[in-house]
Amino acid sequence: MTTKLLIDWTRCEGRGLCIELLPEVLVPDDWGYPMAAHHDRSLDVPAGARRYAEEAVKECPRLALRLADS
Amino acid sequence: MTSALWYAGRGFGVSALCLLTLVMVLGICSRSGRPLPGLPRFAVAAVHRTTSLTALLFVALHVITLMADPYAQLHLLDAVVPFAGTYRPLWQGLGTVAIDLIGLLVVSSLLRQHIGLKLWRILHWAAYLCWPAAILHAFGNGTDDRARWMLIVLASCVGAVGTAGAWRLLGRDFAPEAPPVSVSAPSDLAGLS
Amino acid sequence: MTDVISPAHGLMAARASSLAEHLAAVGPLPRPTADELVQLVADAGLTGRGGAGFPSSRKLTAVGGQRSPVVIANGAEGEPASSKDRALLTLAPHLVLDGLVLAGRGVGSRAAYLYAPEALLSKAIRPALAQRRDKLPITLVASPDTFVAGQETAVVAAVQGLRAVPTNTPPPTYVRGVKGRATLVHNVETLAQLALIARYGAAWFRARGTEDDPGTRLLTISGSVRRPNVYEVAGGTTLGEAISSAGGASEPLQAVLVGGYHGGWVPWTSDGVRSPLTRAGLSEYEAHPGAGVLIALPTRRCGLEATAEIAAYLAGQNAGQCGPCRNGLPTLASHLRDLARGKDAAYAHDEILRLVGVVDGRGACHHPTGTARMVRTALRTFRSEVDHHLHRQCTGLRGAREWHR
Repeated sequence: MTTKLLIDWTRCEGRGLCIELLPEVLVPDDWGYPMAAHHDRSLDVPAGARRYAEEAVKECPRLALRLADS
Repeated sequence: MTSALWYAGRGFGVSALCLLTLVMVLGICSRSGRPLPGLPRFAVAAVHRTTSLTALLFVALHVITLMADPYAQLHLLDAVVPFAGTYRPLWQGLGTVAIDLIGLLVVSSLLRQHIGLKLWRILHWAAYLCWPAAILHAFGNGTDDRARWMLIVLASCVGAVGTAGAWRLLGRDFAPEAPPVSVSAPSDLAGLS
Repeated sequence: MTDVISPAHGLMAARASSLAEHLAAVGPLPRPTADELVQLVADAGLTGRGGAGFPSSRKLTAVGGQRSPVVIANGAEGEPASSKDRALLTLAPHLVLDGLVLAGRGVGSRAAYLYAPEALLSKAIRPALAQRRDKLPITLVASPDTFVAGQETAVVAAVQGLRAVPTNTPPPTYVRGVKGRATLVHNVETLAQLALIARYGAAWFRARGTEDDPGTRLLTISGSVRRPNVYEVAGGTTLGEAISSAGGASEPLQAVLVGGYHGGWVPWTSDGVRSPLTRAGLSEYEAHPGAGVLIALPTRRCGLEATAEIAAYLAGQNAGQCGPCRNGLPTLASHLRDLARGKDAAYAHDEILRLVGVVDGRGACHHPTGTARMVRTALRTFRSEVDHHLHRQCTGLRGAREWHR
């Protein structure tokens, strides 16, 4: 089961809490918005980071994040 | 015994006020989107949340001890319905207003994922009514014996929130946006339309 | 299916200025059941003509079983270099309306919308609607003159009275659209094709075109061709054949932008010219047929300068909602302008390559991705031009005039 981080770009304002909580998945782009750290551009959350991903979803001040399991 | 409850109740009250002030300061810092020294943004948000629950606890202790104290004449109803009390109803009522608003803030934040961003934001503005109400309540009900230290505490609380507000407003918020670039529409590229 | 009218008609032959003329040209509106219609569309292999090329029967099936579905005819045509939807709505409005009514029946909808610029609604659609007596209520919604207004989620937003800008997906519009109901959004050409398939059948549709691109499609051909206009061609037509149908090149060409401003630059080489205008045929150039827009670029012009102009336009057309697009596209356009004018060309080139990777796929809609593709293919197709610019030269006359010193 892979967990993907979904970003609602119409809400994201680049506050950056998610980037702090998930450094193995996200890096900031030129303007502070979250960008995939992997060069394959995927936003897959490794199993070990799942609870940080859940916290990021809960803490995002813009409620711009969701997790999708497949 | 009663004077012990009285002093304990006021003690909890002062602590609650200081904690609420800290919650306000952290909330303002959180909204700025900027980290604090030693505290990344998610930590600022987390400490804000934890402190607000601690403040709620101290408010509860403040109310319960005073209700147990017959001198305070505090009835259960007065804890939720403002301006109906017998001891200094105006100043007391402000305290009740603060409690009601704290309840609203905590519950709406716990249910944030369900009520949606817009509604949550509107409700959270109540913080700017809640904290001043608590300050005024403390001023009106807590300085009756003219103890100077209480006035100093109040001044410090107001100063702290004022400083945080200035820090927020004068500094640059998050996300440096790209400088505007003048763009012009293509001229004769498309022969049609 | 009718056998009264000779089934030699295509979209262009269905032009009519009145309902009577329309019925005389293509025959009466048939009444297939919903299942029959979906089967016809599936057998015909009709794909969307609005740019995405999604199999139409799949969308019909997805929306079909749902509660109170909605159907929308999308005639917004935000792409400046595209005129086919305007042509269709002006010349054959009844065919489009037939398609909308049929699609409505196909999914069991009782609410239909036609979304197009106000000028077209008042000039062509309202008069046409006045002549008809369809049971399906059709509401007309005016579309703004912006690039993103034709994007599916923007269409759904506009129809609900909101700003015509894209919204966050998932879920897609065919799952949750107008007022939360399953919504079928089809380009007006797709619906027009559907209206003919319902009359003449799947075999008629497949008689033209190829196995993987059956039927016909409308192309808007512009730029350095002798007769810039809207043309109907069979599926599988090559790029060279398409340019020929527009009278051929009016001067030597270097490349054709295939698929509009979000498309890919296909070089005017013997390989490029022979490429069929299908997904498979264009894949090596990272292009799609899209909404059938072809812009022919002459060798006289600097390809990088043309790219910079388009990028500047696209940057100005961002909806302002998403950080990477709102910031990334103007910055990309600025660097492209620098590269086109030889200002810090090496730095500009590196930044363009980097920013293309930064904006790609990061936004609520396809705008940054499409822009990234157009730029990426430009750097590939105009590779030698990039080399010239890095060495302070330019092969285009116009570029040399504005050369940075």
